[in-house]
Amino acid sequence: MTHEELMQEIQEIFRDNFDDDSLVITRETTAEDIEDWDSLEQINLLTAMEKKFGVKFTLDDVRGLENVGDMADLILRLKA
Amino acid sequence: MTPFDYPYDCDTILQKKRRLRRELLAQEGLIPKKIAILSGSTIGEVKNVLELFLLHHGIAPEFYEGEYARYYENAVFDDGSLRAFAPDIIYVHTTVKNLMGLPCPADTDVQAEEKLAAETLRWQSFWDACLSMDAIVIQNNFEFPNVRVMGSFEASDRRGAVRFVRRINEALAQYAQAHRGFFIHDINYLAAELGLDRWFSPSMWYAYQYAMDLSAIPPLCAGIANIIKSIYGKNKKSIACDLDNTLWGGVIGDDGVQGIQLGEETPSGRAFIALQHYLKLLSQTGVLLNVNSKNEAEIAKSGFSRPESVLHEEDFVCFFANWQPKHENLAQMASQLNLLPESFVFLDDNPAEREIVRRHLPNTAVPELTTPETYVQTLARSGYFEVTALSEDDKKRSDMYRQNAQRAQAEASFGDYQEYLKSLEMKAVIAPFDVQHAPRITQLMNKTNQFNLTTRRYTDAETADCMNDENTLTLYASLSDRFGDNGIVSALIGKVNGGVLTIEEWVMSCRVFKRDLELAVFDALVSYCRAHRIDTIEGDYIPTAKNAYVRTLYPSLGFSQEKETEEGVHYQFTVPKKSEPLCSVIDVTTNLS
Repeated sequence: MTHEELMQEIQEIFRDNFDDDSLVITRETTAEDIEDWDSLEQINLLTAMEKKFGVKFTLDDVRGLENVGDMADLILRLKA
Repeated sequence: MTPFDYPYDCDTILQKKRRLRRELLAQEGLIPKKIAILSGSTIGEVKNVLELFLLHHGIAPEFYEGEYARYYENAVFDDGSLRAFAPDIIYVHTTVKNLMGLPCPADTDVQAEEKLAAETLRWQSFWDACLSMDAIVIQNNFEFPNVRVMGSFEASDRRGAVRFVRRINEALAQYAQAHRGFFIHDINYLAAELGLDRWFSPSMWYAYQYAMDLSAIPPLCAGIANIIKSIYGKNKKSIACDLDNTLWGGVIGDDGVQGIQLGEETPSGRAFIALQHYLKLLSQTGVLLNVNSKNEAEIAKSGFSRPESVLHEEDFVCFFANWQPKHENLAQMASQLNLLPESFVFLDDNPAEREIVRRHLPNTAVPELTTPETYVQTLARSGYFEVTALSEDDKKRSDMYRQNAQRAQAEASFGDYQEYLKSLEMKAVIAPFDVQHAPRITQLMNKTNQFNLTTRRYTDAETADCMNDENTLTLYASLSDRFGDNGIVSALIGKVNGGVLTIEEWVMSCRVFKRDLELAVFDALVSYCRAHRIDTIEGDYIPTAKNAYVRTLYPSLGFSQEKETEEGVHYQFTVPKKSEPLCSVIDVTTNLS
């Protein structure tokens, strides 16, 4: 999967989760940018990503994820 | 099928909850309820998903969210906010993680016993505090810990956490049995159903203090919502069942009574027996069984004459074996039983039949039956018939409905309806609510939708308050006739203020529609008013999607319309000095002082 495809898929997950089909996600998007993105939603987003990309995050993996770019890099690393 | 029907679509529920919520909120006729969730661990998604399941059942919750892990303090040392919220329901979201005094291998037997006693006492004081809020309390019991120190030894030894959980659950069960309005949500069973390894996720616990995995939250909430919708009378009531390849294997019209698969001879024969057995047990909880089959009636009935058959013809209330479309049969069956199609579950192995019924009767539940070995589980997991009270009446319900069918036959032989009613030799008892009958009366008021003037719902505590309030008239009516006893079938609550009695609620079971019992009840009410110098009776008709049956009840009894608001119509009746009873076909014993 290319980085671009991955970002597309992640955007899909965000759109579903926040019920907003106009949401545009970039590597720089953070919880500051989306009103409903709190720690509770973070769990949902990560779980959805685990399902979608067939990966399993460890406790250490999910620490210090600053933005969507960090999430994408993590997924690419686990799938490599 | 929606994501909320078993097997739940957990991914959709969790990942599209906002869209689902938006869609569910657009439904009409939602019943608002206040629900306080007390926290033993992270509530978060539990609240969101519980809201979805409740909306799915037509209940719109308003939540009070207890502080994180402060369930005990929130109830026992309420700062006033919980009481001020006035919850209809308190759901206690606790798990094995909230057992404080678990024993350990270093304990002596005596110490282990003391820990159990202390822990039991702590929980009892908490439950007492919850019940003192005058709310219905739903408490999770405790699942087994996900790891053991001593292995199987923990099952028998007092110092084992496994045995400790069993014993505290037993104490909880005893408390629930002794306190009405207190219900256990059995997560011990749920965790077993899912498996502890799927139920509990260490990373969810360490990272977010979720006491169960995210994927366990939908089934958890389904279970809680099932209890709540059952309490508020939203259970299914009846099953319409196909025969060929549903209750037995094969096609009886082609294979003959000896050719169908039923019994211990074949694997699928055993599976069909299992479903029959399950249905038989369900009927003991008051669920009505009916046949809805494309068959010749006599041939269809012969299937139940097989010695292996657990069900027999007399276990069914309606037996529709014909060549009509099944949705038409079901609608006709519903009207014969005075039920709504939405109170039915339709069981059929044939996807095409299921689809037709779904299309024509969208509110009838139609579970996906795939292969015979999964039928029982699919039906059992659905929660359609979640039991929250089991009265003597429930066990006899099928009999009563069957007697109704006999009455219908008798009716057909009379030209004149009044003559028919007289021939029934009906006897009614009309008396004030009493402790002995209170559970059935509360159940009746909460389950009745059609003959229900105001659709107010009552908790046990509220029913008791009405009974004990000297300015409240309560009455119930029971009715029997030559075919059998219907038990308590009507209830009325009236508030007396000066010379005016206001009917706050009046319900009657659909079992006894068109028997003039409402006239007998009204006669008794009028006599009571006359004896107590009450000269005016007032009442409201508040329309719902289901109570059109009583839209004209008050005018037909001689009330005049006073005003009409958005909520409903207000009626008034002037009690005459003298009047003839309206009901002449029931022998009534009135016991209103």
